[in-house]
Amino acid sequence: MTHAGTTEGLPSFSHGVHPEEHKGATESLPIERMPFVSHYVLPLAQHIGRPSKCIVRPGQHVQRGERIADPNGFVSTALHAPVTGTVEAVELRPHPNGKLAESIVIAIDAFASQEMQEPQKPEGGAGGPNGSSRIDGFVRRVQEAGIVGLGGAAFPSHVKLQVPEGKKVTTVVLNGCECEPYLTCDHRVMLEDADKVVRGMRLIMQQLGAAHGYIGVERNKSDAIETLRAALSQNDSQNDSQKGSIEIIALQVKYPQGAEKMLIDAVLHERVPAGGLPLDLEIVVHNVATASAIADMVENDTPLIERVITVTGDGVRRPANVVVPLGTPIAAVLEHCGGLKPEARQVILGGPMMGVAQKELDVPVVKGTSGILALTQPQRVVGEQPCIRCGRCLDACPMFLNPARLAQLVRNERAEGLLSHHVMSCFECASCSFVCPSHIPLVHLIRVGKAMARKVAVP
Amino acid sequence: MNEIAIAGLVMTGIAGFFGVVLALANRFFRVVEDPRIDVVEGKLPGTNCGACGEPGCRSFAEALVKGASVPGKCTVSTPAAIEDVASVLGVDADFQEKRTARLHCAGGKSAVRRLADYQGESSCRAAFVVNGGGRACSWGCLGLGDCDVVCTFDAIHMNDEGLPVVDVEACTACGDCVDVCPLDLFTLEAVSTEIIVQCSSPLAGEGARLACEVACDACGRCALDAQEGAVEITGGLAVVRSPSRATEECTFRCPTGAIAVVHGDQFQEMELTQLRRSRHA
Repeated sequence: MTHAGTTEGLPSFSHGVHPEEHKGATESLPIERMPFVSHYVLPLAQHIGRPSKCIVRPGQHVQRGERIADPNGFVSTALHAPVTGTVEAVELRPHPNGKLAESIVIAIDAFASQEMQEPQKPEGGAGGPNGSSRIDGFVRRVQEAGIVGLGGAAFPSHVKLQVPEGKKVTTVVLNGCECEPYLTCDHRVMLEDADKVVRGMRLIMQQLGAAHGYIGVERNKSDAIETLRAALSQNDSQNDSQKGSIEIIALQVKYPQGAEKMLIDAVLHERVPAGGLPLDLEIVVHNVATASAIADMVENDTPLIERVITVTGDGVRRPANVVVPLGTPIAAVLEHCGGLKPEARQVILGGPMMGVAQKELDVPVVKGTSGILALTQPQRVVGEQPCIRCGRCLDACPMFLNPARLAQLVRNERAEGLLSHHVMSCFECASCSFVCPSHIPLVHLIRVGKAMARKVAVP
Repeated sequence: MNEIAIAGLVMTGIAGFFGVVLALANRFFRVVEDPRIDVVEGKLPGTNCGACGEPGCRSFAEALVKGASVPGKCTVSTPAAIEDVASVLGVDADFQEKRTARLHCAGGKSAVRRLADYQGESSCRAAFVVNGGGRACSWGCLGLGDCDVVCTFDAIHMNDEGLPVVDVEACTACGDCVDVCPLDLFTLEAVSTEIIVQCSSPLAGEGARLACEVACDACGRCALDAQEGAVEITGGLAVVRSPSRATEECTFRCPTGAIAVVHGDQFQEMELTQLRRSRHA
């Protein structure tokens, strides 16, 4: 809560919590590059939506940046080889979601130069005679570059770059909150690639025809706010003809501000209707790292083959911000960061609030991996106690739900009651579990409840 | 005196008025119900388990009287009570073959490799939403006993290996355990089906055996030894295609014991082996 006192009065959303930040270990470390390892494992399902369709065979030689899987439907993206090497197998391998998933295994070619493949000319579409096909071409390029939301949810970005018929987009909000404790990868991207973030933002706004752009950054990253403002004024002075205004908004430090509905509330003071999308308010939200990846794609024809992740926590010897090729096993990344300390007890992919605890270290870094967090002691020392009706979870829930009631309904197997209490509006930010003085695993129970409710809704 | 008389008259008047209203309501809004429904319902066990396919005993009684179901579909009641129901209705009892829930996993604590500790909510469905517990096999029994809790007939008990054992005598095949299991490990099988594949892992070969000692590794010996088409290997798993033609020969060469002959309750042999082991120790 280091900055909480100084950020009062700045815009934010209602409810939410103030977890300790723990960002000090890595926020001032420049992004370093992970050396290549011998094997890469690329699950076909690295995004929300249908898994990609594998287009390589075992034994085939692939070059860094070459496409190895095609999108399978509209809500799906392509996948590219992160290294030059040979496809060793296409088989079931451990996935960060805890299950085994169909993955492409690539053994690196030790003597290859690791040059990127010659930029592939986008097939048709681009620069076509009429405007609409040009726009479709851009959406397809983003899909074929395999770009997904790099904030953590890994939703295919091109879907949010296509304005559905009958709708329009007036505002683009870029998410630079990074409200999860420990993580600093977006912070470093904003500092080191500020101009790229701004250029990506311009591309997104141009594509969507949006007149207004906002970049929401929490106040604890004041250096990033300044760098972005400088990059913005430079960008503006270079291109006078650009349409639309971009503004950097400093926000209060609060979790879960990086959730798109909370961010819209914080930046624009508008509420997305329950069960609705930001699009209903003519708004689209993207992450800063995604904007940077889109700029990279347009300027250098680079597909998404690597991402910045934060390796941190008390359990890791040398915390760092690292650019990691997709598919690198997390064991190798941890080794690069000095390895785990003997007292490390838990490894989480993502942040401590919404991240997923792992049962083995063979799982690869995927597009949605924002960090590797090694914790030393169990976070919960006292066991569960009865609910004392203090109502703290109600004050914490950013979606204005009643987590204690939902948990009770789950324990009593009342699926219909769950639906009428809007269990599906929960996006599992874990604020309720965080504040509960009785240590009731509220968000865990609500996740069970969501599965129950889905079973009732789709018999 | 006069006031009491007025009060008495008013009360009598009101009583008379409502009496007439009720009499008319009984005459015009009457619903004729088959009296046999009540009789039949009285003879049913009243557990509302749903094994017959109806939501409860009352609607089963209605279905019986309508002729939409047969008395034998009630697997909870005693044969004598079912005969009784059949004689009231003047129909054939039409006894159904007794079915029971069978678990398609034998991966107990000592058989499956454990990768991590799960310390959350003690429920299979809760463990399932976070990485599927700490077991190496993502398809097998989590052993936290949601089926034990949900069973109305106290027919499921967790054994020392952390596997649910279904008491065939007590099981009514109501299907609650089938619904509650997040991994869909239970199926309802006729008691006469004795060849059961006790594994659900789609992995084949070494991958399957590394995760669990008793996994089906899809070696295919059972399919070769069984009669043509009785057992098949599909999706890395042996599948009994024709229970009546699958005989115990097909289990003899199984290297892991994943396909097994089951008489009565499952996992009896496992307990015997444990007993033997404990006596050795």
